[in-house]
Amino acid sequence: MTTRIDTRFAELKKQGRAAFVTYVMAGDPDPTTSLEIVKALPKAGSDVIELGIPFTDPMADGPSIQAAGLRALKVGMTLKKTLDLVRGFRKVDNVTPLVLMGYYNPIYIYGVDKFLADAKSSGVDGLIIVDLPPEEDDELCIPALKAGLNFIRLATPTTDDKRLPAVLTNTSGFVYYVSIAGITGAAAADANVVGQAVARIKRHTGLPICVGFGIRTPEAARAIAEKADGSVVGTALVDALKNSLDAEGRATAKTVNAVAELTAALAQGVKAAKQAAE
Amino acid sequence: MNIAKPNSYRSGPDERGHFGIFGGRFVAETLMPLILDLEKAYTAAKADPAFQAEMNGYLKNYVGRPSPLYFAERLTEHLGGAKIYLKREELNHTGSHKVNNVLGQIMLARRMGKKRIIAETGAGQHGVATATLCARFGLECVVYMGAVDVERQQPNVIRMEMLGAKVFPVQSGTRTLKDAMNEALRDWVTNVHNTFYCIGTVAGPHPYPTLVRDFQSIIGNETKTQMQEVEGRLPDSLVACIGGGSNAMGLFHPFLDDPSVEIFGVEAAGHGLTQLHAASIAGGRPGVLHGNRTYLLMDADGQIQDAHSISAGLDYPGIGPEHSWLHEVGRVNYLSATDDEALAAFQLLSKLEGIIPALEPAHAIAKVMELAPKRPKDHLMVVNLSGRGDKDVPQVGDILRGKSK
Repeated sequence: MTTRIDTRFAELKKQGRAAFVTYVMAGDPDPTTSLEIVKALPKAGSDVIELGIPFTDPMADGPSIQAAGLRALKVGMTLKKTLDLVRGFRKVDNVTPLVLMGYYNPIYIYGVDKFLADAKSSGVDGLIIVDLPPEEDDELCIPALKAGLNFIRLATPTTDDKRLPAVLTNTSGFVYYVSIAGITGAAAADANVVGQAVARIKRHTGLPICVGFGIRTPEAARAIAEKADGSVVGTALVDALKNSLDAEGRATAKTVNAVAELTAALAQGVKAAKQAAE
Repeated sequence: MNIAKPNSYRSGPDERGHFGIFGGRFVAETLMPLILDLEKAYTAAKADPAFQAEMNGYLKNYVGRPSPLYFAERLTEHLGGAKIYLKREELNHTGSHKVNNVLGQIMLARRMGKKRIIAETGAGQHGVATATLCARFGLECVVYMGAVDVERQQPNVIRMEMLGAKVFPVQSGTRTLKDAMNEALRDWVTNVHNTFYCIGTVAGPHPYPTLVRDFQSIIGNETKTQMQEVEGRLPDSLVACIGGGSNAMGLFHPFLDDPSVEIFGVEAAGHGLTQLHAASIAGGRPGVLHGNRTYLLMDADGQIQDAHSISAGLDYPGIGPEHSWLHEVGRVNYLSATDDEALAAFQLLSKLEGIIPALEPAHAIAKVMELAPKRPKDHLMVVNLSGRGDKDVPQVGDILRGKSK
């Protein structure tokens, strides 16, 4: 089965360039503005969208993304409304891959089977669930694969060669390499070190490898895009959104553009990258 | 609930860290290699007589074990039923049961070559125990504590700082124990190469619930021996308070396969079970947080809810996964006591026995006040007096003088 993710990476490979993957939080700062932002991302140059599922206790995320989740929860965002947002996006865009990223508990409480059916029918292509390592594959990963959704696994600097096969088994769509041992929004990793890590992972898999955590500028996005199959940016976009809000944390006329403009600038960086020879 | 009774209540968890559906390892990939290393290190340590011998030396001469099993004669007379014994964990060095576990984990950290220790703390007892053993073994110590708890548990914050620990007041979320645990996990993800996370209770990803239980089981094992010496038989009932539930698990576990022993865990009912509280079993349902599946307080969308208890040590929206399982298989009875009931018990024990308990075990005493009068005079009831009340004296003093809400 070929998903939107597979199709998109195959196209990018033909074009000889890396993917630009953007992360935003669903419902931040409110569901309506959030939908407008998600719709604006492909036009601004995003190749793959990661949509955060708000959660009260995001253990692997930094303060910016945690605050974004809390802003969304405060205006009543839920997992169900996150799926509604995806449906709204699919009305205008049926090609851009969309991956939900979050933590397991809201999905567990929603009900795994019901969630997978609803996610698939609403137009979700893949899942990144931070707190489900391969040791807990029975929970969601295997059912997701059966339901026709990609399950995208995180590989990290602590994932050594011995462990990589376990991490890559049941992974599909792409591999998300976390460039640093740390939380989202932390200091940037050295592109050369990332390059070595990507080369190491490539010895174990033919899947595209996208790299995230700590990429904030067009230059950094470009440097990573030269070493990997994709650059992922989240915190910088979430910060741009936050800086556009009014004193009460509500959207302003600038909000959608603030995210779109930074997306466009970062996308230019990624497109300027010269792909490493494989 | 139709759950098959196991042959033994003490055989868990399975090799993947599950107690029934509870437990497991729900953490970010960055942490998984370290958690697997920890499991290996712990398995090796358990099989190494030198590890146990070294622990036993420190338990005896540094911690001050065994802790006494004290017959609370005046409390017994006052309540007019069961014979009440107090397991005096508050007499341990650092003033609570927490030191038993921290000693074990610090010895493990040393075996694993880790030089930096992080911990989260609610009331500060776990933080103080961690700071103490880090001082003893010359290790760097960082303690995360909710900003609200930093306010209400000042004596323990000062103690930690005197012991050389860095205390970080956590400003996120409800600024209590749950948020301190999130922050500790973030630190661990960031500093995984040199850092050991010393978890304070029987929760978190496997193997923590197991190893903390094992280190705390000294409480129940001693109780068994001591009760045999004094009364020539097993106790008839056990009572302990539960936040995450490490003091309770330590007392309960060695007795789980003794069917004549009734076991009661007491959760914090805060302002009452229909209002703000911290009773995860009474008011929650199974979910996944902080590395394990367990009973949690949450809303219909799986968002974690704020817990409330007068006791900072019980103010957590979850409970150890083995407790969740013991609840579902029906081996342990989980009850709850409100803030007001705990305060009344705090005063009663102070006045009748000259022992000022921490607010945490005051919740257990509150239920003893209900249970003991209904039991016959030959009924032997053991309460885990898990910590002393020094840290709570300013807070309770304020409340009793009507300065606080």
